[in-house]
Amino acid sequence: MITVKNLHKSFDNNVVFDGFSLELPDRGFYAVSGPSGSGKTTLFRMICGLDTEYGGEINVEGKISYVFQENRLLPQMTAYENVFTVCGDKEKSLFLLKAVGLEDAADKYPSELSGGMNRRVAIARALSYEHDILLLDEPFTALDADIRDKIISLVKELEKDRLLLIITHDPDEISALGCDEIRI
Amino acid sequence: MKKRAKLPQPLKTLLSFLFWVGVWWIISLIVGREVLIPSPPAVAARLFELLKTSDFYISVLLSVARITAGFASAVVLGVITGVLCARYEAFDALLSPFFSVIKATPVASFIILALVWINKELIPVFISALMVLPVIHGNVRQGILQTDVQLLEMARIFGFGRKKTLKVVYLPSVLPYLYAGMKTCLGLAWKAGVASEVLCFAAYSIGNRLYQSKVYLETADMFAWTVTVIIISVIIEKLLMAAVSLHNKKNRYDNSKKSAQIV
Repeated sequence: MITVKNLHKSFDNNVVFDGFSLELPDRGFYAVSGPSGSGKTTLFRMICGLDTEYGGEINVEGKISYVFQENRLLPQMTAYENVFTVCGDKEKSLFLLKAVGLEDAADKYPSELSGGMNRRVAIARALSYEHDILLLDEPFTALDADIRDKIISLVKELEKDRLLLIITHDPDEISALGCDEIRI
Repeated sequence: MKKRAKLPQPLKTLLSFLFWVGVWWIISLIVGREVLIPSPPAVAARLFELLKTSDFYISVLLSVARITAGFASAVVLGVITGVLCARYEAFDALLSPFFSVIKATPVASFIILALVWINKELIPVFISALMVLPVIHGNVRQGILQTDVQLLEMARIFGFGRKKTLKVVYLPSVLPYLYAGMKTCLGLAWKAGVASEVLCFAAYSIGNRLYQSKVYLETADMFAWTVTVIIISVIIEKLLMAAVSLHNKKNRYDNSKKSAQIV
């Protein structure tokens, strides 16, 4: 469950949030949309506690997992190790890598994978982490349409009993996930 | 442009070595006085004679021990101060002028001051450490400050904890800087250490043997001891780099593609 009350946030003289409020239940899919620079990623960062310089109140009940806008993979670890180091479960790591279509690339390093493959590792890593809330910041960029559809189905299945927030500009992704839209 | 012919590295090293020994030999022949520039065979013969004496081994061993002790203590201290300065701004402000002074002061000034302050046998340890410390400190500090903030945030979100964050995020970032600093400083430690042995007459030391060669105008001895210093320095550097490479391979830090910078 996420509650945002009277949020104020600005960067120098640029006001991003001015009294923004939001209340989300402990399950359901929500798409956060808005023009570039409207504060979508900033909202995610404040929700998960990476940005604490704001006015107002944010309350989060539950553990958060996050697919960042960037992949943020550990370069010295293989795809498998990047997932395993987060969840500590061998079977779960291999299952998720297989689910995102990377069963043959599990022992490859990020520098040996394409942008899309690294993106899939980042998604598998976030899904592997024990969580109640999943934040996805433009997770499907750099993915082919068929792989994207496969991962959307996977996310829908795995996250059906949790709260999911996604930043995306693609109406197809919003409708495929069956999200309610939050415009900021 | 014509493509450069590629030679195997060992052959390149050998050819380069032979070329410079040749240059040395020619200069020695032109000068024609062994007391000024001894020929390579004369130096090699003297080196082989020295190799038969126990004094040679005691001097080499004690010099290696002193300089290694200085180098190792500077690495430990440099890591500690580097971490503290990267972590706490107050430490950085406090220690920054100290390291600036060390870097700017000529090594000879420190050797002469050390002669007044401490036991002469410890001077090479102190001087080697003093020359190495600012470089290791600077590199470790820089390595920590250059750690990828995005990876640190990722570690925080996924609840890595301090120990795991240190192991998987900080170490791969800092170690290339530390190793680059160690590689640079090894030669520095040797040069400063032997120079201080010359000036403080440390008993059973390469520096002392060099000084005595100069006093008695035994130029071949001087060259033989210098060659010894170069050989030991190269061997220690190769051993250190082999250990570093093994450690990198084991921990796969070389996959991080991070370039280490020397500050």
